[in-house]
Amino acid sequence: MHYCGDYRTSYEKDMEILQTPVTKAFVAAFFLFLLAWPFVVKSEFLWITMQILIAVIGAVGLNILTGFTGQISLGQGAFLGVGAYTSAYITAKMGLSFWIGVPAAGVVTALAGMIFGIPSLRLKGLYLAIATLASQFILEWIFLRWEPVTGGSFGIVVPRPSIGGFAFDTDRSYYYIVLVIAAVMVLFAANLMRTRTGRAFMAVRDHYISAEIMGINLFKYRILSFAVSSFYAGVAGALYGHSLRYVSSEQFNIGVSIVYLAMIIIGGLGSILGSIYGAVFMILLPKLLTVVTTQLGTSFPGIAELAIALEQGIFGAIIILFLIFEPDGLAHRWKMIKAYWKLYPFSY
Amino acid sequence: MTMQYLLQLVISGLVIGSIYSAVALGFVIIYKATRVVNFAQGELLMVGAYVCYAFLVQMRVPFGAALLLTILFSMALAMLIERMILRPMIGEPIISIIMVTIGLSLVLRSAVSVVWGTDILVYTPKLFPQETITLAGVPVSLEFVWCFVLSLFLLAVFSVFFKYSKAGVAMRATAFNQQVAQSMGISVKRIFALSWVISAVVSGIGGVLIGNINGINNTLYHFGLKVFPATILGGLDSILGAALGGMIIGVLENLSDGLCNTYFDLSGVKEVAPYVILVVILMIKPYGLFGTKEIERV
Repeated sequence: MHYCGDYRTSYEKDMEILQTPVTKAFVAAFFLFLLAWPFVVKSEFLWITMQILIAVIGAVGLNILTGFTGQISLGQGAFLGVGAYTSAYITAKMGLSFWIGVPAAGVVTALAGMIFGIPSLRLKGLYLAIATLASQFILEWIFLRWEPVTGGSFGIVVPRPSIGGFAFDTDRSYYYIVLVIAAVMVLFAANLMRTRTGRAFMAVRDHYISAEIMGINLFKYRILSFAVSSFYAGVAGALYGHSLRYVSSEQFNIGVSIVYLAMIIIGGLGSILGSIYGAVFMILLPKLLTVVTTQLGTSFPGIAELAIALEQGIFGAIIILFLIFEPDGLAHRWKMIKAYWKLYPFSY
Repeated sequence: MTMQYLLQLVISGLVIGSIYSAVALGFVIIYKATRVVNFAQGELLMVGAYVCYAFLVQMRVPFGAALLLTILFSMALAMLIERMILRPMIGEPIISIIMVTIGLSLVLRSAVSVVWGTDILVYTPKLFPQETITLAGVPVSLEFVWCFVLSLFLLAVFSVFFKYSKAGVAMRATAFNQQVAQSMGISVKRIFALSWVISAVVSGIGGVLIGNINGINNTLYHFGLKVFPATILGGLDSILGAALGGMIIGVLENLSDGLCNTYFDLSGVKEVAPYVILVVILMIKPYGLFGTKEIERV
């Protein structure tokens, strides 16, 4: 949305990601704030921030596939798992470095995503959602049964990274690695959407027949979208595994896929900023619910053993309410609020 | 591996498959009329099973009355869900509707755990006789036979309902084209509510049947996940397809599990076999055995 007085004189200016000096300054300040964050907060909040950053990578990846290309995926959780196991195998079992493990996790997951993306040539909408649901269950089963590689139900213990003599074994030092990778990947995604490839993704989403008529190779761009999205999932999964120092199959079940889908729907489909809002919201929500239910548990003793079930129910209810009352997501609402104040008090 | 073992696998597969069929039937009814993909179908089954348990065991109502009350409860619940949650979502993209039914499934699951806890509960008194009879040389528990027959009966009733009754024809018309149906004087809103009611009742009865055989606990909703292989195999919008698909998936998962266990020493194939079948079907015949084909040309 553009307002009066908001002139652009060149296409380059019009395509900028951050369009005003104020936004540029704000984003720079926010990045500096994130750099200083570990020295301000307690370790448990730092841990949550780290999980949010990892979720941002995964959510941006899923949004590229579902929000920008219109291919519904219920298998993001399993793709995170492929990444986590790949990196775990490379670092813990082959003894190679983290710096090889994480990119390799991205590449292997991208390949897995391309394989499971093949049905997208023929299937769309609902059918594709069900196909990806199947891939979720099949991959989960492989995680549990392919014991020589995945460690079966025992899982794998993985190390934290190091460069030369310096080990990133504290949460504070590891946080910086995650922060830098997340920033680079978000920036890459935002830029990707301004290229021919990104516009082709959106054309495929908006009307795939028209896109094909305009010379966009549907199969190529759908598979490419699966590959890019899975690459993001793989990197996020690998970072997650290294942050916990442990990888096992139940960390990547169908529930994780649902949480990621909820992130991008609540944040805003087809919006990079929306994926970030969604990731923040969906990581903070369970923590908040845990605090609330433990508080309730002290005043109503009977409630303690029901806490997990209650949390799940409230989580579900919030998803439902969001979809009914805020179907376009947080990013859209934020835009509306900004527009309101920009034109206040004369909203014409 | 004897012939008898194979037969046993097939028969127990058919029994589980008949429950899959009932749930798949409920799923197809909703999908056909409203184009909503219900990820909470298994939860409707679970709620039915628990409510019946509450009436039968906790309140000591005789079985017939308990079943009737369960059906009434399922109807009320379905109407509430349709009115409160699904109606505001009309016109939203598929992904939002999928998500809202997933949210609903979480809420129902949590409600069951909060009210009845997480332990295995058993129906007493048992509804069906406990003897076994011999079928083609294989001993089969009589409750399995009952369960199978009752599921078949349900399927037959609904096939007839859709084919001949006025409401059934109206539902098919709505599925075909909502605007035309509305201009013919069919209340589309009422059809939506009706399809949810029927679906919840069918799933609830399925829940009561399975509860009688295996007892109930809070993982009963897993039945809902088998609905996807079953309906994709049969064709998403076909009643007959749902019935057959459920049975076939039940038999195939049992057979593959038994065979892999004996020959390859590979356990747990049961959990994954239906989904492998699902992917294969999607690759070669995406609209299933009886589904409506959509043809698009550029």
